[in-house]
Amino acid sequence: MTFTSDELATIATLKAQYPHPKAAIMPVLYMAQKKWGWISDDVVRTVADVMELPTSHVKGVASFYTMYFKKPMGKHHIQVCTNVSCMLRGGEAIYDHVKQRFGIGHNEATADGTISLEEVECMGACGGAPMIAINEDFYENVSLATVDAVIDGHVKKA
Amino acid sequence: MYTAPHIVLPQIPNLHRIDTYLANGGYAAYRKALSMTPDQVIDEVKRSGLRGRGGACFPTGLKWSFMPKGNDKPKYLAINGDESEPGSFKDRQIFESNPHQLIEGILIAGYAMGVKQAFIYIRGEYHKWVNMMEDAVREAYDKGYVGERMKQTFGGDYTIDIVVHKGAGAYICGEETSLMNSLEGDRAYPRFKPPFPANKGLWGMPTTINNVETIATVPAILSMGADAYSKIGAPGHAGTILYGVSGHVNKPGVYELPTGALLTDIIQNVCGGVPGNKKVKAVIPGGSSMPPLRGDEIEGVRMDEESLKVLGTHIGTAGIMVMDEDTDIVKVTLRIARFYHHESCGQCTPCREGCGWMEKVLHRIEHGDATSSDIDLLLNVASNIEGNTICALGDAAAWPVRGFILKFREEFEARCKPQRNYISLNVVHGRRATADTLTRSY
Repeated sequence: MTFTSDELATIATLKAQYPHPKAAIMPVLYMAQKKWGWISDDVVRTVADVMELPTSHVKGVASFYTMYFKKPMGKHHIQVCTNVSCMLRGGEAIYDHVKQRFGIGHNEATADGTISLEEVECMGACGGAPMIAINEDFYENVSLATVDAVIDGHVKKA
Repeated sequence: MYTAPHIVLPQIPNLHRIDTYLANGGYAAYRKALSMTPDQVIDEVKRSGLRGRGGACFPTGLKWSFMPKGNDKPKYLAINGDESEPGSFKDRQIFESNPHQLIEGILIAGYAMGVKQAFIYIRGEYHKWVNMMEDAVREAYDKGYVGERMKQTFGGDYTIDIVVHKGAGAYICGEETSLMNSLEGDRAYPRFKPPFPANKGLWGMPTTINNVETIATVPAILSMGADAYSKIGAPGHAGTILYGVSGHVNKPGVYELPTGALLTDIIQNVCGGVPGNKKVKAVIPGGSSMPPLRGDEIEGVRMDEESLKVLGTHIGTAGIMVMDEDTDIVKVTLRIARFYHHESCGQCTPCREGCGWMEKVLHRIEHGDATSSDIDLLLNVASNIEGNTICALGDAAAWPVRGFILKFREEFEARCKPQRNYISLNVVHGRRATADTLTRSY
């Protein structure tokens, strides 16, 4: 489990952006997650090596933030917001619907690894509530009637 | 309706491209700043009456004046675009439609404080908007408006570098000292103050942290002059503000209006009223951590910090959440408490434990298993969190719980049993294994 020489060059540029190279740990963890899918203990060791930091520090940072996955997630990671603004406009019903449709719960993935689900806190799209996000794409003003089409559309597009 | 100028979000198509921005007078404000001394720029911002738009409403010019003079140490500027408070979604609009005004604001702020490097910290969920901001910064570098080539573009020898940093999903990073730890590559635990960031901030150096909207307002202040700006909106809290309205309104969204706008006007006229013409039961005026207002007390309420303070709440991030008459207040309070329990970083015991207890007790009330003494227990827990933690997350968790109970106590009481149900307790007790029951089964 190693970074390619191109990736190592990118990491070097990232480190040089900051007054202290340690600050590049978050972008490097994002790179690692993109490459290996989730932040396993092996990934933590690899990142610790390139960052020249103790593994405990890398693990500490990776586990602090919710967006670094601690276990394998699906190819299409569906995030449904149920915080107040979305809740007031039916976010919980959408979450329950997606849960039932794929038979998975919070932070779980389907057996074939295509879909995973997360009940997320506010994503900052309250004006388009209720909203869901799939991987990096926001879908606003979804409803029980349209949520299936939104998910299928995203899966087809990818 | 309001005819206020659109200062932060002008209605100009393609303004996110630097060419359009330049064609509409972009970077003229920075040139004007360069013709002044740094102290004059700070003074101008002070006189404008601009107060921070991130929630605390601290006077921006005063904050800048805390930065030490001279260049013996590197100084940093951090732009807070973490925007994780439920109900706020305003900075996103700036990244999307007017990123160059933010960059110009950074140039002006940087020049005023002698900062050579600035960081824009954007929440991780905003992938698309991080990319947009990165594109804008790259465009500004390419055209020589940021970085080394500023010397040729503007003359003089002042330069500043800008780095866009992406968060990874932690509400706490919106707290300024936590943001600094996150940026430095540590776990985002808030730091003790003092030392304040202006003395010891990023990497131990003098640092100023400003909200995105605050900095994006600065070029407008330089262009129109402090006097003209200070006349917009409410006295004591000048300017325009981006109101993010969500919940039960017909047209939710971000609206730039002067401070001191009437809350009822925003709900009824700007946002098209409540769906089904229902009555308003509650309004949170500034993001989920702010104490709510009852629907029957919003008449005549003006949306500026001084007016809201009188009513026991704050403008916060101006994220207005409207709830209609059918809203289950207990459920809303539980959802807010659950959020803060989830987001507590775990550093201070009152917040880490207290947020969990508030969620549990509210859960009990929502399920109808509580007695009215549990409501007082909640108030007690809330008071013991508030003011006893390193950062303001503890207060942010305590305020809405207490606020909702004080304003809607009858709804909480209605869910509670009149007194403790001793019979069911005795049943549980009777089923417990005792030495007696254990020996008998053998």
